[in-house]
Amino acid sequence: MISFSEIASSVHQWLNSHLSPAWVLTVEMVIVGVAAIALFALLGLVLVIMERKVAAYMQIRLGPNRVGPKGMLQSTADTVKLLVKEGITPAGADKFMFNLAPFIAMITAMLLLAPLGFAKDFQIWDLNIGVLYVTAVSSLSVIAILMAGWSSNNKYSLLGAMRSGAQIVSYELSAGLAIMTIVVLTGSLQLSEIVESQRNGWWIFKGHLPALIAFVIFIIAVTAETNRAPFDLAEAESELTAGFHTEYSGMKFALFFLAEYINVFTVCAIGATLFLGGWMPFHIGNWEGFNHVMDYIPSSIWFFGKTFFLIFVIMWFRWTFPRLRIDQLLDLEWKYLLPISMFNIILVTVIAIYHLHG
Amino acid sequence: MEREELQQYLGGLGSLTFEEGGEWINLFVESGDFRALMEQLRRDEQLGFDYLFCLTCVDFKTHLTMVYHLSSTRYRYNIVVKSKLDRQQPEIETVCDIWRTAEFHEREVYELFGVKFMNHPDLRLLILPEGWEGKNPLRKDFEDEVNMIKL
Amino acid sequence: MYSTTEHIGVNELGDMIINVGPQHPATHGVLHLVITLNGETVKKVEPHLGYIHRSIEKMCESLSYRQFIYSTSRMDYLSSHINNHGCALAVEKGLQVEIPARAEVIRVLMGELTRVASHILWWGALAMDIGAFTPFFHAFREREMINEIMEETCGARLTMNYMVPGGVMFDLHPNFHKRVKALLQQFKDKLDEYDELVTYNTIFINRTKGVGFISAEDAISYGMSGPSARASGVSCDIRKIYPYGMYDKVQFDEVLLQEGDTYARYLVRMQEIRQSLSIIEQLIDNIPEGDFQAKTKAVLKLPKGEYYSRVETARGEFGVYIVSEGGMTPYRIKFRSPGFSNLSALDHMTRGSKIGDLVATMGSLDLVIPDIDR
Repeated sequence: MISFSEIASSVHQWLNSHLSPAWVLTVEMVIVGVAAIALFALLGLVLVIMERKVAAYMQIRLGPNRVGPKGMLQSTADTVKLLVKEGITPAGADKFMFNLAPFIAMITAMLLLAPLGFAKDFQIWDLNIGVLYVTAVSSLSVIAILMAGWSSNNKYSLLGAMRSGAQIVSYELSAGLAIMTIVVLTGSLQLSEIVESQRNGWWIFKGHLPALIAFVIFIIAVTAETNRAPFDLAEAESELTAGFHTEYSGMKFALFFLAEYINVFTVCAIGATLFLGGWMPFHIGNWEGFNHVMDYIPSSIWFFGKTFFLIFVIMWFRWTFPRLRIDQLLDLEWKYLLPISMFNIILVTVIAIYHLHG
Repeated sequence: MEREELQQYLGGLGSLTFEEGGEWINLFVESGDFRALMEQLRRDEQLGFDYLFCLTCVDFKTHLTMVYHLSSTRYRYNIVVKSKLDRQQPEIETVCDIWRTAEFHEREVYELFGVKFMNHPDLRLLILPEGWEGKNPLRKDFEDEVNMIKL
Repeated sequence: MYSTTEHIGVNELGDMIINVGPQHPATHGVLHLVITLNGETVKKVEPHLGYIHRSIEKMCESLSYRQFIYSTSRMDYLSSHINNHGCALAVEKGLQVEIPARAEVIRVLMGELTRVASHILWWGALAMDIGAFTPFFHAFREREMINEIMEETCGARLTMNYMVPGGVMFDLHPNFHKRVKALLQQFKDKLDEYDELVTYNTIFINRTKGVGFISAEDAISYGMSGPSARASGVSCDIRKIYPYGMYDKVQFDEVLLQEGDTYARYLVRMQEIRQSLSIIEQLIDNIPEGDFQAKTKAVLKLPKGEYYSRVETARGEFGVYIVSEGGMTPYRIKFRSPGFSNLSALDHMTRGSKIGDLVATMGSLDLVIPDIDR
């Protein structure tokens, strides 16, 4: 069976046999860059059409069904439309910041793809502080939103950006603490090692109650961090028309839009890596036969299956729940989630010290 | 109180004239006594007209008539208070501090009929766009060559 | 109390002034609110009306007593049957005609179907205001069934123009009975689902409980009516206190709650759907045979005088005030629209609350803009 890691290593060998090491590195970086951009675009298209189909299913309607088979090319057509549209900069806007903001949003989203293990031995950059890198870079996205809101010279945008700032900064705490739970259990910040530590069972199963609590908190916090319903106060269509991207049009709007979906993908991928074993197949203790069958399923399918399951859950939230109010949103974080996660991390430390986990 | 009783009671409140016929008791009041009567209708324990459900004006070509439909949520009385106004200089005291709903209704009558409500806190155009001050579309002599459809 | 309107920018206190509407997702039409904000907190709400003002009152002065009824379908388009009913009642008061029993039952049936359709649409719209999109589509599923019933019998889905002075325009369609039965069954199944999706949702309760409070005294003073006032404990259902049509012969309760907040307004309307369905259930099997329209003259003339009729639309009390000078057309017509008075209380209800609360409160008032502007 062809696996991603084999393709990667054969490309690497072929390049080494033809080029000098310095050129190999350069060519590989170019390939990775192109692949990342392609993945970015492809994921955006897939997630948009998935969101629309999920929404249609929840709302007893058909969803897009004209462009391509079963409407599958609808989001491609939309992207082409957005590409050829004029990107208008409002007269009173701070032009430099206004035009820079969507790129920061996009770059942040793309940087987060680097440490993800998409399949067995298939990772762009397996750095030893992967978890720290993810939390650090993901918090940069708030800068793009604040820039967009501030520079638009629109009060709706400003309100949306301020809401978003308060929200992302708050929820980062719980998201960070939830991630720390797994770091404490694993004893490593490296994502590949975290995946490796789940060879005999995913953390959500063998991490006892604290891992489960951390998982729930993580899902809530990342939903809020990515500005998705029921925490979509930054956009809050019925209150602020479109929030921080009210004034954006054309491709600049599309970049925000895509960045949102890529962020959803990334956080779900992180969630899958930390709690659901990443590309690791589902193994049950000593059931050799069962584990062997599970190993036959390619690791990339495991990874994408888990990630898309989490994405579906987050979409399910969006099409079910009403939106919270800003004070309730902050209450939820500071009065409930943060104390619980702090208690949870003490609990998990005790478990880790006494080696109660598997 | 029955209708006759109510009419008698109302007759004692001041110098009013009653109009016969109609579903409810119709009473006319001079615009000078108007404000005092309205306050009494609202405050009187026996009446308690706390619900102003309709406020409008009618242009009778010779004069304007303000029409207030009042209802008492406690006793379920309904009465109609009317007051004739001069067509050239229509002025009447506001009632929007007695019934707060009158604030919007009076603004509407102000722009559509040109009635000036004295002591109204915010007498501006409500429905018509800027530039319509002084034109009163619901008056009978209002003519609009462009938009009006005559049958 | 008020300063002149600052359309843009910031006022002298440093408060932000925002135009909500006339094009805004939360205003459900062309309502324009100028709101003064201190951060997220609303300090003042000032409605600017007239974006869909057609001066229907002026138009009616040149329309005959048969024609003017149809212009009222265009006011509160979500309860056009009931508006038409109110106008027909006012004309009938002047003509002194006796309405056939069949026509009365049909009118009430249609009125209650309209009320259910209006409330169910409002349910979806409120949920959308609060941020849940899915209920809106679920609401349309049931509303579509009612629209189909209307289409078959009246020939139109929204502006039905079905009531004429003396009765209704056509007899019921043969499918009417069957379709209404199916509708009742559908609602029996789905209303609980609605409750599950929205009514008991914790976020929804948090967003609406205690939000947009108005006391009974204030509600009366602001002239509020309909479900919005009944949620504050004001007994104002015209169907109960001044029964018209045949509402005195059917069994239903006036839904009254005391809380006066957005959640109470929500619950009142959900209860009213059930009450309306029970009225339909009582009447659907007992439609008397006979004429559906009384004989009236070709040209209607009302005797000199004044006629006022009050009906309960889905939004509250709708009044028709006709001044007749004896001619073929009304001398003056005034429509007392429920939304106009309900809107005037919005400022009072939302001062000091958050923007999200403003949207929720506005949604709970169930404003229909053409009804306000006329």
